[in-house]
Amino acid sequence: MPKWITQVGCPYCGASCDDLEVLVSDDGKRVLETRNACAIGNEIFHHAQSPSRPKLPRMRQPDGSMKEVSYDEAIDYTAKTLLAAKKPLIYGFGSTNCEGMSAVARVAEKGGAVLDNCASICHGPSFLAIFDNGYPSCTLGEAKNRADVVVFWGCNPMHAHPRHTSRYSIFPRGTFTAKGQMTRTIICVDPRETDTAKLADHHLMVKQGHDYDLFDAFRTVLRGHDIPDEVAGIPKKTILDAAKVMKNARFVMIFFGMGCTHTDGRNHNVDIAISLTRDLNAHTKASIMAMRGHYNIAGPGQVWSWQFGFPYCIDLSKGTHAHMNPGETSSIDLAMRGEIDCFVNVGTDAGAHFPIRAVEQLKKHPFITVDPNICMASEISDLHIPVRVVGVEEPGVVYRMDNVPIQFKKVVDGPEGVPSDEELFDRVYERMCELTETEPIWLLAKDHAKAATNAEQ
Amino acid sequence: MAEILIRNGFVIDPTRNINGDVADIAIKDGKIVESVGASAKVIDATGKTVMAGGVDVHAHVAGPKVNVGRLMRPEDKLHKSPHAQKNYRMESGFSIPSTFKTGYDYARMGYAFVMEAAMPPLHAPHVHEEIHDTPIIDQAALPVFANNWFVFEYLRNGEIENAAAYIAWLLKATKGYGIKVVNPGGTAAWAWGLNCLTLNDPVPYFDITPAEIITGLMKTNEYLGLPHSMHIHQNDLGNPGNYEITLESLRLAEGVAAKNNFGRDTVMHSTHIQFHSYGGDSWGTFESRAREVMDYVNKQKNISIDLGCVTLDETTTMTADGPFEHHITNLNHLKWANTDVEVETAAGVVPYVYDKNIKVSGIQWAIGLEMGLYAADPMRTFITTDHPNAGPFTRYPRIIKWLMSKQAREETLASFKHTDKVIDATNIHSMDRELSLFEIAQMTRAGPAKALGLSGMFGGLSVGMDASVGIFDLNVNDMPSDPEAIEKAFARACWFIKSGEIIVKDGDIVSHGNKRTIWVKPNVAENPQVIRDIEDKFLKDYSVGSDTYQVRDYLAPNPYVIEFDVEA
Repeated sequence: MPKWITQVGCPYCGASCDDLEVLVSDDGKRVLETRNACAIGNEIFHHAQSPSRPKLPRMRQPDGSMKEVSYDEAIDYTAKTLLAAKKPLIYGFGSTNCEGMSAVARVAEKGGAVLDNCASICHGPSFLAIFDNGYPSCTLGEAKNRADVVVFWGCNPMHAHPRHTSRYSIFPRGTFTAKGQMTRTIICVDPRETDTAKLADHHLMVKQGHDYDLFDAFRTVLRGHDIPDEVAGIPKKTILDAAKVMKNARFVMIFFGMGCTHTDGRNHNVDIAISLTRDLNAHTKASIMAMRGHYNIAGPGQVWSWQFGFPYCIDLSKGTHAHMNPGETSSIDLAMRGEIDCFVNVGTDAGAHFPIRAVEQLKKHPFITVDPNICMASEISDLHIPVRVVGVEEPGVVYRMDNVPIQFKKVVDGPEGVPSDEELFDRVYERMCELTETEPIWLLAKDHAKAATNAEQ
Repeated sequence: MAEILIRNGFVIDPTRNINGDVADIAIKDGKIVESVGASAKVIDATGKTVMAGGVDVHAHVAGPKVNVGRLMRPEDKLHKSPHAQKNYRMESGFSIPSTFKTGYDYARMGYAFVMEAAMPPLHAPHVHEEIHDTPIIDQAALPVFANNWFVFEYLRNGEIENAAAYIAWLLKATKGYGIKVVNPGGTAAWAWGLNCLTLNDPVPYFDITPAEIITGLMKTNEYLGLPHSMHIHQNDLGNPGNYEITLESLRLAEGVAAKNNFGRDTVMHSTHIQFHSYGGDSWGTFESRAREVMDYVNKQKNISIDLGCVTLDETTTMTADGPFEHHITNLNHLKWANTDVEVETAAGVVPYVYDKNIKVSGIQWAIGLEMGLYAADPMRTFITTDHPNAGPFTRYPRIIKWLMSKQAREETLASFKHTDKVIDATNIHSMDRELSLFEIAQMTRAGPAKALGLSGMFGGLSVGMDASVGIFDLNVNDMPSDPEAIEKAFARACWFIKSGEIIVKDGDIVSHGNKRTIWVKPNVAENPQVIRDIEDKFLKDYSVGSDTYQVRDYLAPNPYVIEFDVEA
């Protein structure tokens, strides 16, 4: 009998839903059906079954074609390339688990690489704001249970995080929000009339690039001062009304997205959004949260913060200590300046997401992609190494957008012989140690998992 | 495993009342033994002090709020990270060091066990991921319970048995160690921007008071017979005049008897008590009430405390006392992080500078040390900094120096901008007591091990105990006249052996050891009501599934599980 597996995590967006149910075949090898997933999540589970998926690494040949090679050969190439490079960049990690990130960190330290993640081109400005101003936030369950005013600023969860509104922010019935949507007033700030804006009680169609002005207007009003008749294209009365809604709320929840971090003002927009949250806390309770994109893009920020003290843009090339200086050690800037002489793209698609000039610079040197699927990056790579799909074929810890750790399950076996990110990078690390004739550093002996001891009572 | 013989050291072991006798310590298979063979590795400890590995009863070293601090404070790394030892992982940070640096630094100071002081249960997998990445030291984590909706509901109805069944389930689900209480009721109120500043303020919506939560959890702790007592961070932390509420909460332990099979006599551990021993009614009249609080602690034998000494550094405050962190950001106007955690707790993080030029910082520094100097029973008084709240744990050697040397205290006191005002508001200037190495060993080893119910393993050097041994460059018969030499000796052990393996030699790390995660598994009778309540809350109130919530075994790959049956 096919079997339903419950409480399955979804490896798609930053909402990291963990309530999926997946029907797997008798032999535990195929996904037949999913429940509760959004259209994209559902597709990820089915796509993993695709017969066209690569099952061996592919190496670029002198004639430009790709040829399948063994994992040993791919690992050897990766280890040697990393060791030979003066400043390798290992980038990505939106779509893998924390175990993989940890393994890559060990490799990066060994190879003197720069370690960076998708936040660099996404919520990096939010990190800059957090460095300056902190982050008064909460878990998504708090939003569900308490928030009676929810602000979506420069984000469109109806498309980017399809189940966010039903699980956490607009529709769910929480402990103190028993009537669901009817309990909540929704404010949406967006220059476009997005599908999220259509759900809002107040849509403030801010003039593009003027988010900072509008945040400032809200702060001014909340502090009891007057504002001009129009700010950022919004009439004064609309601003006063929205400010009143927030001030009179019992719990204000502000979600912000790329509309803040990648429009004029960037980190300053997030900075003032945090200040607005601080101000609101003088009147009521308020929280703010970045709408992180991928299911585990909060993960590298966590793993590397505890390992190196920094969430992104981590330059390990000095060999003695970690160094972070976004602008200097950030992926795009390093690439644009031509400082990178080896690029490893892990669990993302830099080919699709980076500016073309950055990709052109990176392509002058060895370019390696580690990803389960064919993507633009894999197709321009010198080496593409396929791995198992986290959440489908590989379990592990991921961090949801609110930094809550979610333990993902595996529902089916991966293709035979295809390693996980963690296994792959542990093998690359071991190969690097062999090549440099050094002892590998394992914090715990690898066989400890079995050595459970019990206290004698 | 290799045999080791530590020869001719001055052994200080309060558990056997040995105070500086020259003796040999034999180690085999990770344990202290009577004797070893001729092939054993010999470590010459002549002229040096030999103590059991240190035991830290309270430090924030792993988990979400620690990591928020790391993430939000790149400046804590700038020019403050040491260069990596060759063939060891990079080390980062000062007040909130990376996990690697945390493990290395504790080992360099000769510490064997560290208790992570506050684990939000929802974030337990994160805590265990960090513990996994902290080398060498054995660790455990205390889940927080005093703002948890299950606990509120059971205690409000007087259902100790149900509270116990729930706590037993949660300890197993999160691989936790015991019952941590942080600002009981106040943190739950903070979810609405409120607080509970007295023991009788009702928690909004839950019809229970902090006093009832404390009493209920203390009873539940003894009902379960857990190794450690209830571990409490009281209400109204950090405010002038709070010593009265501190005494009021301590009095709740009167008449409660310890019931356990782990050799623990205490029923309440009152943590970082420095922050709770303030007089005055404003920052202007702020003064020490260390004597009043310690007079009570000294006579109330079923309470243990740790100091939470201010070390006069730039550091990072972090606590599950969410409203307090909001209060502190309004005081110093520095960046503020907050994380309210559904159903369970909250946390806040704010950087803080304890500045010698600020009178209040000087008074706080004095209060922490006064509490140590007033202690009549060092077996119930432990050295901490509430790392990193009052200062980083790497300053323990400096605190030891201050406690052992009046000269060192006077030098620091004289360096303040407002020396006279600090002297007026405290008693430190008139205190001549200098603690002995024996008392330091009680406060950092034997005492905390006993309070944690780990006295069979840590804190002493008896045969059969875990072979964690520190060797320090101090000659008991010829103690240095310069107090700096004391700090230096404790900052870098000459040798540190952890569970029978040599970890530190001449202050440098030489092995990653064999770290363990210690957790407690009390077996209680199946309780259908509690099982149903758990299912219900996960359906209605949580944003994750009950299955997702429970920490997978592989995250604690080298566990030491204290499992026992609870007698109903």
